[in-house]
Amino acid sequence: MNWISNYVRPKINSLFSRREVPENLWTKCDDCGTMLFHRELSDNLNVCTNCGHHMAITPRDRFTALFDGGVFAEISVPEPIADPLHFRDQKKYPDRMRAAQKSTGEKEAMLVAEGEIGRTPIVAACQDFSFMGGSMGMFVGNAIIAAAERATELGRPLILFSAAGGARMQEGILSLMQMPRTTVALQLLKEAGLPYIVVLTHPTTGGVTASYAMLGDVHIAEPNALICFAGPRVIEQTIREKLPEGFQRAEYLLDHGMLDRVTKRTELRNELITITRMLMKKPPRVVGDLPPPDPTAVQTATEAAPQETAKE
Amino acid sequence: MTNYLEFEKPLAEIEGKAEELRAMARSNEEMDVEDEAKALDKKAADLLVDLYKSLTPWRKCQVARHPDRPHCKDYIEALFTEYTPLAGDRNFADDHAVMGGLARFNDQPVVVIGQEKGNDTKSRIERNFGMARPEGYRKAIRLMEMADKFGLPIITLVDTAGAYPGKGAEERGQSEAIARSTEKCLQVKVPLITAIIGEGGSGGAVAFATANRVLMLEHSVYSVISPEGCASILWKDAEKMREAAEALRLTAQNLKELGVCDRIIDEPLGGAHRDKDAAIDSVREAIAAALADLSNEAPEVILSNRRKKFLSMGSKGLAA
Repeated sequence: MNWISNYVRPKINSLFSRREVPENLWTKCDDCGTMLFHRELSDNLNVCTNCGHHMAITPRDRFTALFDGGVFAEISVPEPIADPLHFRDQKKYPDRMRAAQKSTGEKEAMLVAEGEIGRTPIVAACQDFSFMGGSMGMFVGNAIIAAAERATELGRPLILFSAAGGARMQEGILSLMQMPRTTVALQLLKEAGLPYIVVLTHPTTGGVTASYAMLGDVHIAEPNALICFAGPRVIEQTIREKLPEGFQRAEYLLDHGMLDRVTKRTELRNELITITRMLMKKPPRVVGDLPPPDPTAVQTATEAAPQETAKE
Repeated sequence: MTNYLEFEKPLAEIEGKAEELRAMARSNEEMDVEDEAKALDKKAADLLVDLYKSLTPWRKCQVARHPDRPHCKDYIEALFTEYTPLAGDRNFADDHAVMGGLARFNDQPVVVIGQEKGNDTKSRIERNFGMARPEGYRKAIRLMEMADKFGLPIITLVDTAGAYPGKGAEERGQSEAIARSTEKCLQVKVPLITAIIGEGGSGGAVAFATANRVLMLEHSVYSVISPEGCASILWKDAEKMREAAEALRLTAQNLKELGVCDRIIDEPLGGAHRDKDAAIDSVREAIAAALADLSNEAPEVILSNRRKKFLSMGSKGLAA
């Protein structure tokens, strides 16, 4: 670093970019290009208010919108061995990890939490596509196991939001082993008679689709989400023909019987409440915005989490 | 006519020369070339030992994909008696990439399921190069259910580049079929033994290989992605497959260390394709040992041990 890169370049950049809208205030819709006011967009859960396009949302923002009063207790996930294969491509795997941690502010590609939705206690897990493409490695496996174990222990449904490019290549065969590994975890949940609901978000592909994302009691997808095993590019290269419009999108999978529903993000919370309450044989939900749950209840939940890790 | 791999070129030259000499001698009786030919044989044998002593991961991939390597069909024909193929997924079609049915292994009735790549153009096309479609996985699920119902051990033979990436396969739920097949592997209470005989390609292999015992031939590979695929994503250059093969740790030897492979089955010198019978015999012995090992365990224990095995996978990494 010298003063050219520290001082002159930002100055030049700012001269040219001044005409652009300041970041943080406006976001351009990836699809229709409409400029969206930041607060309005986040109030609408990152769904374009003009065209309805669903943009990415972080697991934390999703949980804040999902749980009653935005209150949830994070469930800690046992730490796997770091870089088990000493993997190195053009970069070292630990360096890629650090870069992802820095850019997302998260430890890994999945967040697990417990709390209430419409006064219905649940456990939720959410994959983070912005963290190395949401890729499924040992940590994601551990997270799903922790979520399934916690849900079984508390007798709650598990709601999982999937988003991933597939398995994490940097963990080689051990990432592939997360397919059977997470399947075992979900079997424990199913054998306990607890609902497992998958919300497939854009994109859900590869080994993730071919394991826990397709083993739910109910499959809901967000509109236009890409959901597939082999990506469209790989298929085009294999069969050497152009794929039809909308191929492997949520609506296409709905038509082909792979999903139960395609639901807008803004309507998802209510739908999840309705479904989980019916599957748990609870009385109909109370409609409307609910205040955060009883603070004492949340406190016990937060206290319970560390105990859980201590036991493991 | 032997098919030589790229790294076997020097060997091909020597063996070719010896063959030429002998052919000349046959047409010209006065010529005595035996000594010379024998010297060449010796040289070739030494080179073969040398080449196969320490194959690089990429070379292992090439050996695992060798067109002359014994395939699923060869093993089924040699290892089993009364093989009775059972077809169809009862939904859509019969997938010829997946062979399967009832058979006897050392007289014991079993269910055998495997991926067959084919060995000439016609059979390769018919078998779709061993790349199964959803129907193949659903056929496997059906056969595993049957095995479970009648208490027959399941033996799977894995040899696939991966599940087929095609339009129809996606439409009919390739991912769901794979997920359900893996799930079925984790539900059956009978012994489930897998032999990876060539390529274990990603999800397409896992769906068959979630077993009590995973046996791997010495030069077989098992990976989350092909070296070419990994190279084109991480190196942005498919030609970097050698580096990718190295980084992925996909050899039987690496996988044994990681606890993914339970036993390595030795191959004849120069790979299974140089002595098919010997390779098949070793596989027979290994499967028999694994079956014997599991024969006294209660069905519930067999299942719970299989689940525990996969749940605890990844607890150790490779030594630095």
